[in-house]
Amino acid sequence: MPGSKEIRNKIKSIENTRKITKAMEMVAASKMRKAQDRMRAARPYAEKIRNVAAHLSHAHPEYKHPFLIKRDSVKNVGLIIITSDKGLCGGLNTNVLRMALSRMKEWEGEGKAISICAIGNKGLGFMSRIGGNVKSQVHGLGDAPHMEKLIGPVKVMLDAFVSGEIDALYMCYTRFINTMKQEPVLEQLLPLSGEKLGSAEGHWDYIYEPNAKEVIDDLLIRYVESLVFHAVAENMASEQSARMVAMKAASDNAKNVISELKLMYNKERQAAITKEISEIVSGAAAV
Amino acid sequence: MAMTIHVDIVSAEQSIYSGLAEFVAAPAVRGEVGIYPRHAPFISLLRPGAVRVKVPNQEEEEVIFVSGGILEVQPSVVTVLADTAIRGHDIDEAKALEAKQAAEEAMKDKSSKLDYARAQVELAEAMAQLQTIRKLRKKDH
Repeated sequence: MPGSKEIRNKIKSIENTRKITKAMEMVAASKMRKAQDRMRAARPYAEKIRNVAAHLSHAHPEYKHPFLIKRDSVKNVGLIIITSDKGLCGGLNTNVLRMALSRMKEWEGEGKAISICAIGNKGLGFMSRIGGNVKSQVHGLGDAPHMEKLIGPVKVMLDAFVSGEIDALYMCYTRFINTMKQEPVLEQLLPLSGEKLGSAEGHWDYIYEPNAKEVIDDLLIRYVESLVFHAVAENMASEQSARMVAMKAASDNAKNVISELKLMYNKERQAAITKEISEIVSGAAAV
Repeated sequence: MAMTIHVDIVSAEQSIYSGLAEFVAAPAVRGEVGIYPRHAPFISLLRPGAVRVKVPNQEEEEVIFVSGGILEVQPSVVTVLADTAIRGHDIDEAKALEAKQAAEEAMKDKSSKLDYARAQVELAEAMAQLQTIRKLRKKDH
């Protein structure tokens, strides 16, 4: 049986591959649940801080923070690109990078300079390969996003906005819709739009400590950070579910390939047996 | 029964405490503040310290450590937006610098002009690979 040994080896190797993809699928499934919980856990803070920010911007109209002022001409834009650190998660990063790239091309066409803040390895690698102007970056975020790691890279962009280096700040990431569906989105962070803050119910002014300006400054920085944090958390949930789906597909494919190879192997074996029997029979007939 | 006030203590990463309280003390930048129900609207930055919450019908106070943040008081609701990281102008600045340097390092020896053609080829390749896999999968079923 010449071919059957090779087929057996092939089956073995694909079975091993399948074991790996299956394990990765299960790991991603359990991580996905945790990532979703984390995403939900970040929601109360985002909502509360949005409320307070909305209230402050209404209660205190005479002080306008730079984040709230819309600039007449936008010459330079900043873009925060949130991607995963690791691959093997289907088209997740490709989709978000493609979206970012087409937007960047538009901006470049309009003569705008682009500064990039890369959160996650994949976006950073891509941007440095194609020669984007990466101003700040962070990678190796692990499974749980931590505010501590995001403060630095986001501050670089916020400082650039305040100093006038950039006139608008955008952020792109993958929004988590459900386990099967994730969607790349690109939204504007700065200047903060009034509609996004929404209106606050009730109307009163606060007693400020130490003073209104400092409180508003700190609050708005935290608000933007919480938006970025939430996007990162959402991106992580998307990553895990995309990986789970991709690995499930890979395991299914491996299963199909194995069953095809098994069929081939059995046919080969049968043919060999038939041949042997017919040889014996014809040998017996000759005697 | 004593009057109560609703207290929410949340951080960016999780909701830490939510419930009714008779009294809340928080470490504001200008010294600790105590808040009873129907306090005037008040907003303050917090320094690192403990937030104490007197829960009704419970002898012991709930003590929650915060590393800074913002305290917001409305007549019936107290919200503590707690920081999860120690903040400070210098610390933030150092972090920003670190992120900047990391980026500069990653960008070293790279062409400075954004090469759209190359980027598009790269993405197109990745998409083509995915498409092929998808097609193969369909054929199998």
